[in-house]
Amino acid sequence: MDNTSTISTPSAPKKKRYKNSYKTTMRKWCWLFLGPVLIAFIIGFVWPFIWGIYLSLCKFRVVSETELVGFENYIKVFKDAGFMHAFWYTALFAVVSLVLINILAFMVALALTRGIKGSNLFRTVFFMPNLIGGIVLGYIWSMIFDGILSNFGTSILLDSKYGFWGLIILMCWQQIGYMMIIYIAGLQNIPDDMLEAAKIDGATSVQTLFKITIPNVMPSITICMFLSLTNGFKLFDQNLALTGGQPITMSPDGTIVKSTEMLALNIYTTFYGSNSGAQGTAQAKAVIFFILVAGLGLAQLAITRKKEVQQ
Amino acid sequence: MQIVKKRNAEEKVKLVLTIIMSLISLVYIFPVAMVAINSFKKNTFVKTDTFAIPQGEMWAGFDNFNVGMTFGNYPFWKSVLFSVVITLLSVALILICTTMAAWYIARVNSIFCKIIYFTCVFSMVVPFQMVMFTLSKTADTLHLNTPWTIPIVYLGFGAGLAIFMFVGFVKAIPLEIEEAASIDGCGPVRTFFMIVIPMLKPTMVSVGILEIMWVWNDYLLPYLVLDLNEYRTIPIHIQYLKGSYGTVDLGATMALIFLSIIPVVVFYLIFQKQIIKGVAAGAVKG
Repeated sequence: MDNTSTISTPSAPKKKRYKNSYKTTMRKWCWLFLGPVLIAFIIGFVWPFIWGIYLSLCKFRVVSETELVGFENYIKVFKDAGFMHAFWYTALFAVVSLVLINILAFMVALALTRGIKGSNLFRTVFFMPNLIGGIVLGYIWSMIFDGILSNFGTSILLDSKYGFWGLIILMCWQQIGYMMIIYIAGLQNIPDDMLEAAKIDGATSVQTLFKITIPNVMPSITICMFLSLTNGFKLFDQNLALTGGQPITMSPDGTIVKSTEMLALNIYTTFYGSNSGAQGTAQAKAVIFFILVAGLGLAQLAITRKKEVQQ
Repeated sequence: MQIVKKRNAEEKVKLVLTIIMSLISLVYIFPVAMVAINSFKKNTFVKTDTFAIPQGEMWAGFDNFNVGMTFGNYPFWKSVLFSVVITLLSVALILICTTMAAWYIARVNSIFCKIIYFTCVFSMVVPFQMVMFTLSKTADTLHLNTPWTIPIVYLGFGAGLAIFMFVGFVKAIPLEIEEAASIDGCGPVRTFFMIVIPMLKPTMVSVGILEIMWVWNDYLLPYLVLDLNEYRTIPIHIQYLKGSYGTVDLGATMALIFLSIIPVVVFYLIFQKQIIKGVAAGAVKG
């Protein structure tokens, strides 16, 4: 009885001492709790990451015989027409898909939060493509596009325009449902009295949308924009399955460029293509790719943090 | 009068929206329906008459499924089996190990813990292409190329997100509950399994669903790590149908895609609520 009463009294120093002793008992079990994750984390991330940075500075055909060459690989990357094409192609793709996906997803979310019949059913249907893997999605859509284009005697593999817009349609189909879920969560958080007050003050529905709804879902908009941007940059499976980079074009200086190849696929084909001497260059590409994607991620973190402080 | 009019207008808007949404839903279901239809169509007609209902000479019955089962000299059921094994083992391993680590990190919070936590957050922004070459070499050297050992690779590469989410959640749990258990003579291991795990359950479901969706659909990691002569997963199997053979049996491909979509749709319809909740939670945090 005595014992419990001393502990439940909120005297700060005693509590602190107690916390410390709790920590000490826990520390004895450190290796049980942290060990498995630590070992796996070193195998699956830390070591490959460090080794990857080292290899990007090396020239090698097999990983056991490396020769340090400094930034030579990086210089090669910027002279690689295929990589530069893939970079601009990916950037264009990411921006176009970002705009389309977010506008459409926001419109669908607005429609589904108005209490129309069958909202739940529509939500279920729109989200479904997210559960299907990228490879399978790519083949489903390549069948459909070829089914349409074969009527005109062509194929998605023959024109880079078809490949680009085909991939955009595929990504819209897959991601609108995902972004819609985030927007719906944001829209449902808008206080009802705020909307009611606007109505009483005689605001039109367009005014309500731009002055109340959109400012209130800004956090969701930021999240969705960054998600679709990084998704666009990291896209691999769908790109591989839909076109695999075809059609192939020849650039003016004679190098072969795969016209619908995105960054991730370009890195992959450089690693595992026919030229095993290019693996150092491939790793340098991977490091540049990492810096790009991580930069986007950090920018997102900085912006969302700022927003949180303001609130 | 005006109120009645306004209400009528609103009803009309709602009706129009319902019709538009129904039409979009049809567009959404259309590709999946096409897969189902084409899996019963003879191979030669899939490309020329993609949108036709299979009848007469187009009808192939279950031929496509029979061909698909052994297509590419690798039985399809084996791919399904390995996909299930890899997904279940990986997700179970990730959930158990990362909750333990997250609890320790959140409660002890030493410099060592902070370093691990920071590295985890950092790993979340690293794309797979950055480590894929060195990771597959490392996994090869350590003989992690079987379905029974690849979960370790998944744990390593996927720990970041899980630890990030769990640490955030553990910090929200009041310490007093664990202290009470400790006073009653409960050691850290028992406290963890009897007190912390039950409280973490909702978050574990969310994280588990995110990880299931990732591992089940993942193509590149198992493709690079697994010994492909022995072990394939469903995405690898489907990629092989198209990849390495000159002529592609589109009918068989559609049949296998149809078969691989069915369990996903069933899973989705059963766990719909949890999936959508998990996705929303994961997106807001990540």
